[in-house]
Amino acid sequence: MNRLALAAVLLATAAPLAAETHRVEPGEGAAQRLQEALILAAPGDVVELGAGRFVLTDGLSLDVDGVTLRGAGMDGDGASVLDFTGQQGAGEGLLVTSDNVTLLDFAVENPKGDGIKSKGADNIIYSGIRVTWTGGPKATNGAYGIYPVESIGVLVTNSKVSGASDAGIYVGQSRDITVRQNIVEYNVAGIEIENSRNALVTENIATRNTGGLLVFDLPGLPVMNGGNVILRQNVVADNDTPNFAPPGNIVASVRRGTGVLVMANDGVLIEENAFENNPTAHIMVVAYTQPFTDERYNPYARNVIVGFNAFGRGGDDPQLDGKEQLLAAFGGALPPVLWDGIVEKDNGLKIATGVTGWSLNLSKPGQSLAEAQPGPLMLTPLESWEFPEVGAPAALEARLK
Amino acid sequence: MKRRGLGLMALACATFGAALSHATVIEPEPVNDAAITGTAFPKALSKFVFFQDAGDQHPSAGVHPYALNTPLWSDGAEKLRFIYLPEGTQLVADGEGLLKFPVGAAIIKTFAFGEGEARRLIETRVLLHRADGWVALPYRWNAEQTEATLALAGGRLDLVTPTGETISYAIPNKNQCKGCHAKDGQVIPIGPKARNLSVKWMAQMLDGGALDRLPPGGATMPVWAGYSDKGPVEPFARAYLDVNCAHCHQPGGGASNSGLDLRWEQADPHAIGILKRPVAAGRGAGGHDFSVLPGQPDKSILLYRMDSAEPGIAMPELGKASVDKQGVAVVRRWIAEMK
Repeated sequence: MNRLALAAVLLATAAPLAAETHRVEPGEGAAQRLQEALILAAPGDVVELGAGRFVLTDGLSLDVDGVTLRGAGMDGDGASVLDFTGQQGAGEGLLVTSDNVTLLDFAVENPKGDGIKSKGADNIIYSGIRVTWTGGPKATNGAYGIYPVESIGVLVTNSKVSGASDAGIYVGQSRDITVRQNIVEYNVAGIEIENSRNALVTENIATRNTGGLLVFDLPGLPVMNGGNVILRQNVVADNDTPNFAPPGNIVASVRRGTGVLVMANDGVLIEENAFENNPTAHIMVVAYTQPFTDERYNPYARNVIVGFNAFGRGGDDPQLDGKEQLLAAFGGALPPVLWDGIVEKDNGLKIATGVTGWSLNLSKPGQSLAEAQPGPLMLTPLESWEFPEVGAPAALEARLK
Repeated sequence: MKRRGLGLMALACATFGAALSHATVIEPEPVNDAAITGTAFPKALSKFVFFQDAGDQHPSAGVHPYALNTPLWSDGAEKLRFIYLPEGTQLVADGEGLLKFPVGAAIIKTFAFGEGEARRLIETRVLLHRADGWVALPYRWNAEQTEATLALAGGRLDLVTPTGETISYAIPNKNQCKGCHAKDGQVIPIGPKARNLSVKWMAQMLDGGALDRLPPGGATMPVWAGYSDKGPVEPFARAYLDVNCAHCHQPGGGASNSGLDLRWEQADPHAIGILKRPVAAGRGAGGHDFSVLPGQPDKSILLYRMDSAEPGIAMPELGKASVDKQGVAVVRRWIAEMK
């Protein structure tokens, strides 16, 4: 072995002792410069995007732990915009596969698939991120805007997503999650928490989606048993965009005008939210309806609590069969909570005093809606309840300060 | 060790002498082990000395050409595959699965388009087995075909495929290499599994001391070129899906969250997509309810995505700008004949 050569090689790649900031400006060769910066960054480094538009033909990816990707802003003239309008390859705009990554203050526009996906990326922060499909709601838009999956420790905050043909912010198969102070509009689903545990969804505005906030637990996935989800102090209003999801996807079944939809799951607390003008139902709680073979799966919605919420106008133009009869029966508008009535045992829907609703009075998952016997919700209100504290680890909040 | 090295060199001279100058006797340059095992990302492919003649892809001593029974399809590219083993080391068989490589080994794959004189080398991807794991690096060939340089961020170029389609061909970036080669976050080789290698090649390697034994379960995947639409279809379809899809679609792979597991050994019908509903397919579902609907290839998401070249719909997401018509035909027949 040539020792000198080896020494030279080692010197050439010696890691920097202190974290560095690598600045990338838009313009000629920006795609290559940016991707190289993301590859060559060392743990702890910052990759900084200049203001302006980065025109990209391929998805970007980050696979180095502890890197911060920071732009100059997500909105306005000074924003850093990753423009994927001419994207030719990859399934998303940006893919993150490393831990402890912070994404700050930039925008992603018109990705062909998902916006930003982070997979197996623990302790990730999305803050001040905008993902927009600029043509408005279209079935040809990508599925998810902000898409953390298979991760432990997720914080999504101060971000905006519009136009997603599935969910604006989708957290799947993950644990210890906070989704706070985001705006999601004109998506099929505003925010969706799927097959995930310990999620706090709070202080968000979900408007002009088909459905505002969705909490799903589905069979046949590597990570199962979703639950311990809190939806608290969100504004869920005017979710009246006709469903534009490509058929075949589970969200294609979401009725236009749904505020909150809980499907299956173990433990969901819905409290202190403001609901207004969700024409099908402010809150819908149902069992999983499709056949399944996964023995690990529980299709029932268990331990779902509807606490104190502010319910405004809603349920007055439901996308439901028998709409006219239903409206007539309930005096022109359906009460705020729609439940399918399906209980596993004594862990069915629970409500706070004063919460009204109606039930389909079905008895088993997958039962035909034709067998529904709609009637007012007849539940004994809870005096009080206990629910675990949930959310992203404190260290993530600290990293943002 | 030294002595054996000289012997190998002499052998290499004898074998590849034709490609070398007659006027002067040039000692073949050995593969640069330090470049493989070091920590740097060498800027030029020639730094490794995997080839004695780069343009002709004449391998250096210890660099063994190989082929796969069923190969990954990449826009119809011709692929020249090599395994480098440092002196005195060998591959260790592990049943039907991936051969075990010693530290210091490398896997080299060159992508070429065009035939004969018109053949152009486009890129060479290397997997280096370093002490702390595998590293994947892409190299892009120059127009003169004399050197390939590191393309960490990948790149694009327009070219014409063997079926005459003009495409924008994408050279993957370093992360995208890992995108396919990752299992549980670590980079690993994909191709050289005993089940997808020929008995003849393994016997040769065994004879040369480059493989420890002939593994049971070797060479069980069909030879793709031997497909006939009169013969059985299932082994070809399953081999195709394993080789082209399962590096992501398996537990621990890049698409594990889909729950779709297309590995050759997966026997659960739901896991391979039969009557499996989509999870995060978006418009990739194409309006269909199931990944595979038996007897209904035109209502199967899997085939719909294989048969598309549109980003956001097309599968695989990387390394594909056109549709593999033969692959689609085989998988179509498999689903059509499925009860």
